[in-house]
Amino acid sequence: MTMVEKANAAAEHRFDHERLLDIEDLTVELPGVGARRPVLDAVRLRVDRGEVVGLVGESGSGKSTAAKAVLRMLPRGARIGGRVGVAGQEVLTLGPGDLRDLRARRVAMVHQDPRSSLNPVRRIGDFLTERLIHTLGRPKAQAYAEALRLLDAVGIVRPAERMRQFPHELSGGMLQRVVIAAALAGDPELLLADEATSALDVTTQAEILAILREHRTRRGLGLLFITHDLHLAAAYCDRVYVMYAGRVVEERTAGQLFEDPRHPYTAGLLACTPELGDPRPIRPIPGRPPSLDDAFPGCPFVARCPVAQTACETWRPVARELDGGGSVMCRRTDLDHPVEMVRA
Amino acid sequence: MPARALRITLGLLVTLLAASFVIFGAIYAAPGDPAAFLVGGQEDATPEKLAAVRAAYHLDDPLWVQYGDWIGGVLHGDLGRSMQYHDQVADLVSSRVPTTLFLVSYSAVLFVVAGVALGVLSAVRGGRVDGVVVAVTTLLASIPKFVKALALVAFLGVQWGWFPVTGAGEGFGDRLHHLTLPALSLALGELAVVSRVTRQSMLEQYAQDHVAVARAAGLSEFKVIRRHVLRNALAPVVTMCGLITASLFAGTVVVETAFGISGMGSLLVQAINTHDFPVTQAVLLLMVLAYMLVTTLVDLVHPLIDPRVRLEGSAA
Repeated sequence: MTMVEKANAAAEHRFDHERLLDIEDLTVELPGVGARRPVLDAVRLRVDRGEVVGLVGESGSGKSTAAKAVLRMLPRGARIGGRVGVAGQEVLTLGPGDLRDLRARRVAMVHQDPRSSLNPVRRIGDFLTERLIHTLGRPKAQAYAEALRLLDAVGIVRPAERMRQFPHELSGGMLQRVVIAAALAGDPELLLADEATSALDVTTQAEILAILREHRTRRGLGLLFITHDLHLAAAYCDRVYVMYAGRVVEERTAGQLFEDPRHPYTAGLLACTPELGDPRPIRPIPGRPPSLDDAFPGCPFVARCPVAQTACETWRPVARELDGGGSVMCRRTDLDHPVEMVRA
Repeated sequence: MPARALRITLGLLVTLLAASFVIFGAIYAAPGDPAAFLVGGQEDATPEKLAAVRAAYHLDDPLWVQYGDWIGGVLHGDLGRSMQYHDQVADLVSSRVPTTLFLVSYSAVLFVVAGVALGVLSAVRGGRVDGVVVAVTTLLASIPKFVKALALVAFLGVQWGWFPVTGAGEGFGDRLHHLTLPALSLALGELAVVSRVTRQSMLEQYAQDHVAVARAAGLSEFKVIRRHVLRNALAPVVTMCGLITASLFAGTVVVETAFGISGMGSLLVQAINTHDFPVTQAVLLLMVLAYMLVTTLVDLVHPLIDPRVRLEGSAA
């Protein structure tokens, strides 16, 4: 993966670590049969301008819900606590007009399945120009020219021809480029990429990651990169949040996380992937990810944890600051290298 | 594309031919002797007179010979002569067609506009609004057409005097005025189905991911509904409206009679009552043709609504 090597140091310092996304104690509860715990439980998350932040976890850990909360796209009837700030603006209390403006110009989201993101009965061109005309107020001719330029920028050949085609006439990789082009149409400050490259082949993935990185270095785009691939997150992101059962269980710089994971869950995720030249066997994390009807008196990971003690079952999880920066939500910070225990 | 047009035309012709045979056979088999009607009153119906009439109208020939004579004429544009009025059937029918077409189109516009509007209202507002729409449209659908016609005549016609209660009027404006009550009594019952189909189809579209994506891109709710929800919900609505419009041609029988309008529907009733075979056959055949044309039109419109249909069509 040569195109997604670690960021150049210059990019990291140009934008002065201005706070772009600031999620504090975000708690989301969905009303529903059998929901016994919140989907998100006191999530804290921060993305600076020009920073790429990874959000990793198994399905159902609350990654997507966290991203949707930034756009206030949560299901009707959800009980929401805490605060979500985008560049100092409080998202959860925005009026309808300001909320539309936030969605149109400041924060964009790219979803995993591009095919379901596009209206199947409208042309590719309509998808792009609709945003430019109806949310950003561009005149028609200008919107058309801009759509062509956007498609060209994400590496689509013969953009004028593609504009006339329907989604079912394009491949998945091509559609994801279209979706990303549309997301970048309003020059957003923050991009939420929800498994945006997970379904793509590696070359397309690398190209798209490079395009996003280019926006980040050129104009300080902040990127929340949601993925289930911890290795990709570690390679592509500056910092990584690991989520489990609606909580952020570990938050570190990508390097630290990969070298020395402090939460047994993070260590378990890393041990799930086979590595070339590593003689140790693949160790899947035992058990299954908890669903919404599993409630926990103590640490939610205790049933699957190789280093759990009896006290963990009643230990109310809190984030503990780590010496080298970052935090971990584990009672067993006494262990130096939990990954060794997991691998052993 | 020419191959497709040929296939559609051939299909229409074959269906029409089959329908013509069914119509002819059914009328042939119907009880009652047309000769007795042609002769007139019972007292002068001597066997000789009856035989003469039968011979004149070829009523003694076997079914297939009579059918052959008729269909041969139809194919040459000759629908025969009315037994009752002794006019050319073609003239008789063509003088009636515009009124009925006007009535059906007017009524179609009414139920499509009002039905879709009510469906959108139901889907967007939900809750109590939805409940009221369901209750009112179901009530309207469950009342027979002629009762609605009488109620409309009683209130809008006689009580308040807004609309004339008989006749079809001359010229577009006058015709619109005259045909409002008949068109309403045809359309009101169809609101229930159209609004239900619209609502259901829209709710299915609401749940689609791309609708949430459009909303997340900052599109206003009104535009999300118009450009994505309603737009994508159209296919079943158009199909349903087409089928209902086609069936309205049969509905004109009751309504034209109730309002004393001389259109195809009332012509059919008179022709059946007087055993006027050629007229009955011609009117029924035209109704079948109208039904087929409307449904074919719906099929042709479909690829414009959903481009994915085009793909399947070209593969077939």
